[in-house]
Amino acid sequence: MTPAAVNAAGPGAAGAPAISIRNVTQRYAASGAASDTLALDNVSLDVARGEFVCLLGPSGCGKSTLLNIVGGLFKPTSGEVTVGGRKVDGAPLPDEIAFVFQESTLFPWYTVIENFRVALKFQGVPKAERDGRAMAALEAVGMEGFARHYPGQLSVGMRQRVNMARGICFGTGILLMDEPFAALDEQSRMVLGEDLSTLLAKTGKTIVFVTHSLAEAVFLSDRVVVMTARPGRVKTIVAIDEPHPRAPDFMLEPRFGAFRNELFALLRDEIRATMAAQRDPQAAGAAP
Amino acid sequence: MTGLAGQRAVQLAFLALALGAWQTLTATGMVSPLFLPSPAAVYTALARLLGTAAFWSAVEVTLATIAKAYGIAVALGLAAGYLVTRSRFWTEVFEPIVSGLFTIPITLFFPMFILFFGVGAGSKVAYGATYGFFPVALSAIAGLSGVDERYLRAARSMGASRLDTFRHVLAPSALPTLLTGLRVGFFICFASVLGGEALSSIAGVGRNIALSAELMESARMYAWIAVVVAAAVSLNFALSWIESRASTWEGLSR
Repeated sequence: MTPAAVNAAGPGAAGAPAISIRNVTQRYAASGAASDTLALDNVSLDVARGEFVCLLGPSGCGKSTLLNIVGGLFKPTSGEVTVGGRKVDGAPLPDEIAFVFQESTLFPWYTVIENFRVALKFQGVPKAERDGRAMAALEAVGMEGFARHYPGQLSVGMRQRVNMARGICFGTGILLMDEPFAALDEQSRMVLGEDLSTLLAKTGKTIVFVTHSLAEAVFLSDRVVVMTARPGRVKTIVAIDEPHPRAPDFMLEPRFGAFRNELFALLRDEIRATMAAQRDPQAAGAAP
Repeated sequence: MTGLAGQRAVQLAFLALALGAWQTLTATGMVSPLFLPSPAAVYTALARLLGTAAFWSAVEVTLATIAKAYGIAVALGLAAGYLVTRSRFWTEVFEPIVSGLFTIPITLFFPMFILFFGVGAGSKVAYGATYGFFPVALSAIAGLSGVDERYLRAARSMGASRLDTFRHVLAPSALPTLLTGLRVGFFICFASVLGGEALSSIAGVGRNIALSAELMESARMYAWIAVVVAAAVSLNFALSWIESRASTWEGLSR
């Protein structure tokens, strides 16, 4: 029962993948530096329909950049991403892909319900359907009683529930989540993760989730993609073969700890490499 | 006495004190009525003034001039603010230029306005619009360039069009800063138009104040000034009220 590191496409690999990332490279023109910064180096990854994939890696490894490229917010320097057979080329596909960012992206000048209305308006949903879909999504996360509140009147955890509901109400097949729980404390994070697991098992969405948290990655994912320190590459992929929805008891099983330790062992060298690069930028990339 | 009622009581007490001082100074003859007539004399002059057709036509001229000047200042200020903030580069190029120009005392160029636009209302419109433009443009630049990148990215990911983004993200985010600029711009416009009229004009409230002073009709001059003060105070109340209503979300804990 040792967790296996697999490099193949995930479960359900028989059908066409929901997301296909092919040889994606991203360079930034670093200000003041003679050469460009290489953020992502030749990354390839397939995500199967209905799969939950976590991108895990040290800070600055390009995992958020990769997510933004998949979502069409950034255009990669080279390489290509296809979603459901459509090429994503630096333009968002709001009918296929929804983003869930950190809780702070709810517009503070609108109430919760108004946030949903404009979001659905942006996405082109007819006016008559907007309130019904918004309320259904709020009910799914138990926040229907706060529709008329401003985000500023809610706690961080409540805001993140609303924010998750906003991502879900679009009804897209794919959900990209960029460290959605980063601003939460450990306990709220675990409870929200549990709710997310239950919620998503029902909807069957394909999810790519960026996180720093090992426990979060193990608890939520079908596969964890471990990335290297900058420039970001896929170091290895760890499959977590536990059916969804996952009960909190999963966290108490020895298997959970074994997965967590395996991920930590894989990450430790990368985190050290990142820290060394921060101390001595000249030697960056020259690490053994 | 610490609540709102207490604050109002203290403010009213100051007003009463000022009126009392005014009454004392004039009644005891410490100040010549030529410079400062008694409150009663000013009141009588005011009552007489309000009954004349000349008063209302002067008010009409001035209000129309302010409305035109402010309209131009707002339209140009908002347009400039929007265009400049379309890129970080242009924001950083133009923001110091606009705020630098604002420090120039435009009053010094007043004769040029008369030269270009004549002694009629046109020169006051141009002068007020020029002065009012700066606070509006600066607040628009500050408000629109201060929009958090995360909100824009979220809107883009949801497929927001350019117009949607402006209406639901840029505008509401910039509104609190913008409203302050619009209010400041209005009062600068107001003061510039009246000042311009007093300096050189053929009609309007400012012209009448200057004329009363030249004719040594102090009571009449103070009556005109009282009208201006009353207008400024009530407009300030109205604009502050709008400002506080328009951004109720601000100040909620974040």
